[in-house]
Amino acid sequence: MSSLSATIQDVFNEPGCGKNANKSEAERKKGCTKQLQPGGAAGGCAFDGAKIALQPLTDVAHLVHGPIACEGNSWDNRGAKSSGSQIWRTGFTTDINETDVVFGGEKRLFKSIREIIEKYDPPAVFVYQTCVPAMIGDDIDAVCKAAREKFGKPVIPVNAPGFVGPKNLGNKLAGEALLQHVIGTEEPEYTTPYDINIIGEYNLSGELWQIKPLLDELGIRILACISGDGRYKDVASSHRAKAAMMVCSKAMINVARKMEERYGIPFFEGSFYGIQDTSDALREISQLLVERGADPELLDRTEALISREEARAWAAIEPFKPRFKGKKVLLITGGVKSWSVLAALQEAGLELVGTSVKKSTKEDKERIKELMGQDAHMIEDMTPREMYKMLKDAKADIMLSGGRSQFVALKAAMPWLDINQERHHAYMGYAGMVKLLKEIEKALYNPVWKQVRKPAPWESEEETWQAKALAEAAAEEAALAANPVLAEQRRRDTAICRCKSVSAGAIEDAISAFDLKTVDEVREHTQASGGCTACIEKVEDILASMNRADPALSVAAE
Amino acid sequence: MAEVKVSKKACSVNPLKMSQPIGGALAFMGLRGAMPLLHGSQGCTSFGLVLFVRHFKEAIPLQTTAMSEVATVLGGFDNVEQAILNINNRTKPEIIGICSTGVTETKGDDVEGYIKMVRAKHPELDRLPIVYVSTPDFKDAFQDGWAKTVARMVELLVDTPAEGAAKDPNRLNVLPGCHLTPGDLDELRTIIEDFGLAATFLPDIAGSLDGHIPDDFTPTTIGGVGLEEVAAMGQAGWTIAIGAQMRRAAEAMEQKTGSPFKLFERLCGLEANDALIVFLSQISGRPVPNKYRRQRGQLVDAMLDGHFHIGGRRLAIGAEPDLLGDLGGMLHEMGAHMCAAVTTTQSPVLEHLPADDVLIGDLEDLETLARERCCDLLVTHSHGRQMAARLGIPFFRAGLPIFDRIGSGHQLSIGYRGTRDLIFKIANLLMADHDENHEPTPETWRDGIGREGAGHGDGSSATAH
Repeated sequence: MSSLSATIQDVFNEPGCGKNANKSEAERKKGCTKQLQPGGAAGGCAFDGAKIALQPLTDVAHLVHGPIACEGNSWDNRGAKSSGSQIWRTGFTTDINETDVVFGGEKRLFKSIREIIEKYDPPAVFVYQTCVPAMIGDDIDAVCKAAREKFGKPVIPVNAPGFVGPKNLGNKLAGEALLQHVIGTEEPEYTTPYDINIIGEYNLSGELWQIKPLLDELGIRILACISGDGRYKDVASSHRAKAAMMVCSKAMINVARKMEERYGIPFFEGSFYGIQDTSDALREISQLLVERGADPELLDRTEALISREEARAWAAIEPFKPRFKGKKVLLITGGVKSWSVLAALQEAGLELVGTSVKKSTKEDKERIKELMGQDAHMIEDMTPREMYKMLKDAKADIMLSGGRSQFVALKAAMPWLDINQERHHAYMGYAGMVKLLKEIEKALYNPVWKQVRKPAPWESEEETWQAKALAEAAAEEAALAANPVLAEQRRRDTAICRCKSVSAGAIEDAISAFDLKTVDEVREHTQASGGCTACIEKVEDILASMNRADPALSVAAE
Repeated sequence: MAEVKVSKKACSVNPLKMSQPIGGALAFMGLRGAMPLLHGSQGCTSFGLVLFVRHFKEAIPLQTTAMSEVATVLGGFDNVEQAILNINNRTKPEIIGICSTGVTETKGDDVEGYIKMVRAKHPELDRLPIVYVSTPDFKDAFQDGWAKTVARMVELLVDTPAEGAAKDPNRLNVLPGCHLTPGDLDELRTIIEDFGLAATFLPDIAGSLDGHIPDDFTPTTIGGVGLEEVAAMGQAGWTIAIGAQMRRAAEAMEQKTGSPFKLFERLCGLEANDALIVFLSQISGRPVPNKYRRQRGQLVDAMLDGHFHIGGRRLAIGAEPDLLGDLGGMLHEMGAHMCAAVTTTQSPVLEHLPADDVLIGDLEDLETLARERCCDLLVTHSHGRQMAARLGIPFFRAGLPIFDRIGSGHQLSIGYRGTRDLIFKIANLLMADHDENHEPTPETWRDGIGREGAGHGDGSSATAH
């Protein structure tokens, strides 16, 4: 376990991560893992994250060493797509039993690797450690080494048992496994000045194939995609790429940065979501390749392709404009990483509303960022009743959010579209953007909403749950208005930082008790904003209002 | 009589089995106002949650004690305490149901002891029932977790009636196995009520996972059987248990309340439903309603129409024991041959299966057997989709999870009517397969008797429905 904890410390110390660089030394040591709250947590474990990151490698056998829960409850449940081998969708697990728990599971693991190689002969086997074998001391590194020597095949240990942390830590540990055991172990058959790696892209719903034709046309070769529609050999020889694009999620930043460090492969962070971002990403890829020795005429060809594709995309969006006029989109997400998706939605005539839009005069891009940043977690705690109220208040016509709120939104009879990773549609590149608008139009204009919102004939309008929900919300508001003490209590109880469950009251008390001036100080004392950092702005607001109020208070005290 | 074999492989490939704790969690979801809680790392919960969301297409209440590595080593008291307090504060449940996992069982957490300590420290929890079940992942299967949990609920939540208290002959307890869908439970309830009896289901996932839009939304289960109803189950004249897995819970009920029970191993098929209807008629003292006389006739007719298509089929079936016995048994009665049968866990129903052998194994085993034994109908959960495509045989989805079709919560297989519709569905699937893949060509009989005698279909073309 000691080498695992060293690896975890190492990934926490990610200099490429902007969030990390802004932290104090003590904060950095704590790592980016938010403290999980028993009875209030959601989301996958580190093993889940590791598997998500690596399973899109299509020709590899992914073997899960653990009890049946880890693989049996979850296999073949991801939307990644393969252009070739299907072995990645085969569920392999040691399914350890009581005897293994008592006597150790290493023998079963070794035999399992042998069975897989004999029956399926994949180019490599990835072995995933889970909690129970980690607890009983099964040394998967040693078993993988022995199997590698015995069978003459790469057998890669992925050391990310669930209980070491959440999904995003698992993503990074998966990246470490690639860096340590895979990348740089083989050589490509040939190289070209147009070879790139795409890092952190999983080819969900086949999205990569919305981009690949554009790269093909430019003569740019994806040497390795890590890991969407990936092949073992491609990843093993990916160290010969000339440049890399890290797809905006921070999931595998350690891979991109260390490949730059070790092999001199420059990378940029980019996104293929939205028209502007797609064009920017194509430009940056070409720019990096030219800097590394590709013929500069690539830049002209890239510009020509971009202007042709952009024109086609905008032309395709034009007909949506009259349909979308006056329609409001309620956006609740931490998941859409690209402001340019939202810019395109606006361009198509949709109005974006947030849950608590501030009157801001900042430029458009900033405003959208603000919309995206706020309340990403709020939705998880919401009941359908609260959501219904929110939709009513926002006067929204459709909601775009992550999959987790799907059933809540639908129960509120609200047009809804999934824009996070679990979605079934491919929204990348120019083609994907038009597809997204088509989906929005389909949802908005479906006549089903009129039907499902109708009360039953034996029910009056006032009896519907919608009416009751609004009445109850109104009654609650009235009660609070009539009772300032209760209202103040409610205000103080409001959670500001949802990652660490810190209330407004707790932050205010800490600010006045310790005379805090900065967000960092507040974080030191209360942990607020120490998680996803989405609430920094709210903490700043509290600081500003308290520090304004202070002199008045002290005057009053005198 | 089937020989029960156990797969000898070290590596399970394409698992059929799911883990015990989530079977237990699903049972808790049949209680009103419940919050099931898995004592383990957060992945234990999130995998189960995703599985149920994809199957039922509903929001699923399921929480975690979020055990970290350190907590696991030191013991999980703090996490159990915090989880109970947080759930109580945030979701105001009527009951919390805790299932252990592999992680906490390996350490050997004494959860019963923890709960006692939590109760001593927090008198505000005095009125909150907390039920704990030990369900390590590295033992048994989904069905066992469900069965143990229901038995535990009976032991802890059902009141023992006062001595000499009269039983209410018009009330009937139902202990359904986990192979029944919310739709099945509603069908069974209707049948029972048509005999003038009032049924209490424990658990009742029809109340919580049937997809209805509730009047009052809660983060806990939005329906299911209420605790006061469970407590009063001792007043019922009879208990019926559906599926052999429920014997333990039924015995616990008899012991606790003195009410006798009758176990129905199957409710799919003509004879199985005859037994149920006769029983209900006897205990209610009412004649069989006309509706069921007609439905029986319709089922008989469906069997006559369906046997042309199902008869002679070589069935490959992968399911937990009770579902295997129920569906496999019905198809056998329609003339199919149970040529390949794979299941997840030991059960008394296995050796009575109308097959030569049944294997406790995985879907790789089922695929191998289906290929060797030239099967031409596959019945298993959605994970059979890959093998169905490879084998090129018609595929009927049954069990949990069914994540690539909608309406799985309402798929019926019990009662005269449910059996009738199931026969139609499977026969139609086989007819469509025949039209798409097995139309005769000038070459079909080129080899004379040789090919025709080799069994059903040529198995070369790919279809999966």
